[in-house]
Amino acid sequence: MKDYEVIIGLEVHAELSTNTKIYCNCTTEFGADPNTHCCPICTGMPGTLPVLNKKVVEYAVKMGLATNCKIANFSKQDRKNYYYPDLPKAYQISQYDLPLCENGHIDIEVDGKKKTIGITRIHIEEDAGKLIHDAYTGDTLVDMNRCSVPLIEIVSEPDMRSAKEAVEYMQALKSILEYLDICDCKMQEGSLRCDVNLSVRPVGQKEFGTRTETKNLNSFKAIQNSIEFEIKRQIEVLENGGTIYQETRRFDDAKGEGYAMRTKEEANDYRYFPEPDLAPIVLSDEYINSIKESLPELPNVKKERYLKEYNLSLYDANILTMSIKTANYFENVVKKCNNPKMVANWIMGDFARLLNENDISIDESKISEENLANLIDLIDKGTISSKIAKTVFEEMFNTGKEAKQIVEEKGLVQISDEGAIKEIVEKVVENNPQSIIDYKAGRDRALGFLVGQVMKESKGKANPGLVNKLLLEILNK
Amino acid sequence: MELYSLTVSEIARKIKEKEITIKEVLDSVYNRIENVEEKVSAYVTLTKEQAYNRATKLQERLDNGEDIGIMGGVPIAIKDNICTNGIKTTCSSKMLENFVPFYDATVIEKLENAGAIIIGKTNMDEFAMGSSTENSAIKKTKNPWDLERVPGGSSGGSAAAVACDIAPCALGTDTGGSIRQPASFCNVVGLKPTYGLVSRYGVVAYASSLDQVGPLTKSVEDAAILLNVIAGKDEKDTTSADIPKKDYLKSIKDDIKGKKIGVPTEFISDGINEDVKKAYEENLNTLKELGAEIIEIKLDYAKYSLPTYYIIATAEASSNLGRYDGIRYGHRAKDFSSLDELYVKSRTEGFGDEVKRRIMLGTYVLSSGYYDAYYKRGQKVRTLIIDDFKKAFEKCDVIAIPTTPNTSFKFGEKTSNPLEMYLEDIYTVPVNIAGLPGISVPGGFDKNGMPIGMQFISKAFDEENLLQVAYTFEKNTGFNMKKPNV
Repeated sequence: MKDYEVIIGLEVHAELSTNTKIYCNCTTEFGADPNTHCCPICTGMPGTLPVLNKKVVEYAVKMGLATNCKIANFSKQDRKNYYYPDLPKAYQISQYDLPLCENGHIDIEVDGKKKTIGITRIHIEEDAGKLIHDAYTGDTLVDMNRCSVPLIEIVSEPDMRSAKEAVEYMQALKSILEYLDICDCKMQEGSLRCDVNLSVRPVGQKEFGTRTETKNLNSFKAIQNSIEFEIKRQIEVLENGGTIYQETRRFDDAKGEGYAMRTKEEANDYRYFPEPDLAPIVLSDEYINSIKESLPELPNVKKERYLKEYNLSLYDANILTMSIKTANYFENVVKKCNNPKMVANWIMGDFARLLNENDISIDESKISEENLANLIDLIDKGTISSKIAKTVFEEMFNTGKEAKQIVEEKGLVQISDEGAIKEIVEKVVENNPQSIIDYKAGRDRALGFLVGQVMKESKGKANPGLVNKLLLEILNK
Repeated sequence: MELYSLTVSEIARKIKEKEITIKEVLDSVYNRIENVEEKVSAYVTLTKEQAYNRATKLQERLDNGEDIGIMGGVPIAIKDNICTNGIKTTCSSKMLENFVPFYDATVIEKLENAGAIIIGKTNMDEFAMGSSTENSAIKKTKNPWDLERVPGGSSGGSAAAVACDIAPCALGTDTGGSIRQPASFCNVVGLKPTYGLVSRYGVVAYASSLDQVGPLTKSVEDAAILLNVIAGKDEKDTTSADIPKKDYLKSIKDDIKGKKIGVPTEFISDGINEDVKKAYEENLNTLKELGAEIIEIKLDYAKYSLPTYYIIATAEASSNLGRYDGIRYGHRAKDFSSLDELYVKSRTEGFGDEVKRRIMLGTYVLSSGYYDAYYKRGQKVRTLIIDDFKKAFEKCDVIAIPTTPNTSFKFGEKTSNPLEMYLEDIYTVPVNIAGLPGISVPGGFDKNGMPIGMQFISKAFDEENLLQVAYTFEKNTGFNMKKPNV
């Protein structure tokens, strides 16, 4: 078998979190009863006209600037014509040859190596509605709540070479969207989704192979799995002397299988032409600059700052800055307790695990930033041991109580009284003569065992530093 | 004189001065409708009940001393492609035969705020595509001047209604001449305002970059009154122009001394009917006698207007009419076994031949591989035509040309050859292509006694000059005073 190179480009659709739709005043809220968030305009009733929501342009320009795109001073909207029951006007208003943003790029990191992924364009468009198939009657019904919810489509260059890179790129886009606060990025609800364009070619070949497009992937896992599936499929076809057809494909994540939907020959001729109901979008340099100035600190910049300012490892900085919510939480806790490394460890360790188990995000947890800072202070001051702190933390997570309160209620204050600890140490040494012989024989494990026994005897409350010190004093006598 | 034969300004004044009641006006007009409508068939829907209810309310307000607006109590007929809340809006198509909008077009809101009363919806060529109203799927509207002849189109119902006094005034829409041409065929005044002066919100789109709403009236003064009501920036239509509000009644002055009237002799030399030509030349003489200066102008690209129109208009139409797919409203075929079949059957049954023809043309010119050769080139020619007019208006204030090359023709005379029908719009289409205002005023009669229209065109948003010339012409010729015998 030959060695193959994989070429991947992504088309990412992000629903913008504006309050109202792109061409009317209907709310964009998700999850309402079918056909309750629509009006004559977004349902394409005869005679109605679209009016562009200025927030949509602002959000798209933000994304363009955050991904180093050139923002067009002059762009226009176009009609993409096709028939489908979820598209009430029989055309989607999109942008064809003059998009809002072009020629950008972002950096991703895979296996510690930095890579730049080109962004061809970002344009604004409207979403379509949703078809609901009634299994009982066999009818297909249409819900138009999602019609004209604003979207941006972010089209990448074919710069990715593996599933891992594609996932990293998607993750990076998601981070930026969240930092800009322009998309809620709920992939399972479809507010962030992507199409994967993929081809393979034997290593050394200059021309691209024929590409396929797998549509509407709405989880990182689905992106990863569909890419791996498609790579394998294309290579197998080629190895067996077959031909790859340019086609649109669907991926069933549950089955882990992809299948063809339609070939290029069956594809629509969208008959794009300039939308005569909407004036061109003309943006002044002042406007673009004012948006540029309003941009928040972006993930990459924040990461660099964490490395310098907090002296964190690259790994920690990467994880903490991935989500703006986590980063904000982290920074606020650090402000209060000034122990970045310990805050990072908590957030990435037990906290992350509990959030994950409970399927909530950090800002939804009961532990306030203040409470976590206080907990860390208690550890720093030696009031509680880090082992006890884990118990306290879990209680905080479940109840939202303050650390101090839990410590007091449960009598978990660390014993740092030398006399008291010495008493326990002496008792343990007396009860474990064999360990002392072992220790003297050079078996270090015996010390650990004795420390453990002291901690057990003190119900975990003995200050481990003191225990160590006192034990060694006695043993080395 | 019967109330139904009065103009808008006369009716509004008499109501305001309590000479007559609003109910008396409605009684007179609906009585006339009862006697004449059967012969003319101008209306698709009559809204008698709503009209009388509204009349009662308006009269109460008037009697309480309130100002009920400059059209207070005046009946108006509305072309059936303008959405009226709770009233069927069919576009004279089988596709929308039972379509009842739950919203008003902006022009309807404006009319109601000005006190007008909608008395019915008028017949038209299906989806405003046609020049004779023969393309209506609902009924055949006749020309009140000769019931064997067409009223013109596509606003044929509106023009016929005003001509035979079954509506004091009406709204139409004009994409390539659909207000001016029927106005000319029926001896009424028809004004197509500058593109962007009147909101298109709620007007069922045929060709979005060309469509414009305008009045059909018995006098130029009435056209000015209606324009005062319907013009203005609309937040719901981003193509509507943000220009200061004007009072067009100020243009109603009998004076054209020193006005420069441009005449594109070369453009109007081919295929023009002898009687129309003669009337046109006489009318130019009248203008000269009234003190206007007649100036020869050249319109080099105007002759390409018709092909340009049939590319741009059909392209936009093919997209605008995509929504009539049988899914949410409108006609749906009874039997189908797949989604494609539902689409194909519903549209095959719901649309008439001319609509299908234009959808196919438009789909073709937008198709990949043909876009550059047709649509893109069409847009380029459009720019040339706009420049053509700009240059012409450096030399003159208003351009005068006939509205149509011929007078009204007999039913069926031009239906077999669509190209011949399209040629009827040769003098009106350039105005839409360039987005300019144009008005057709009664300009004489041919040897059969059929009306001839005189068209004036002005710079964009210069309706003041346009109305002043038209008013002076009307006042000094009086062709509008002659009424058909129905």
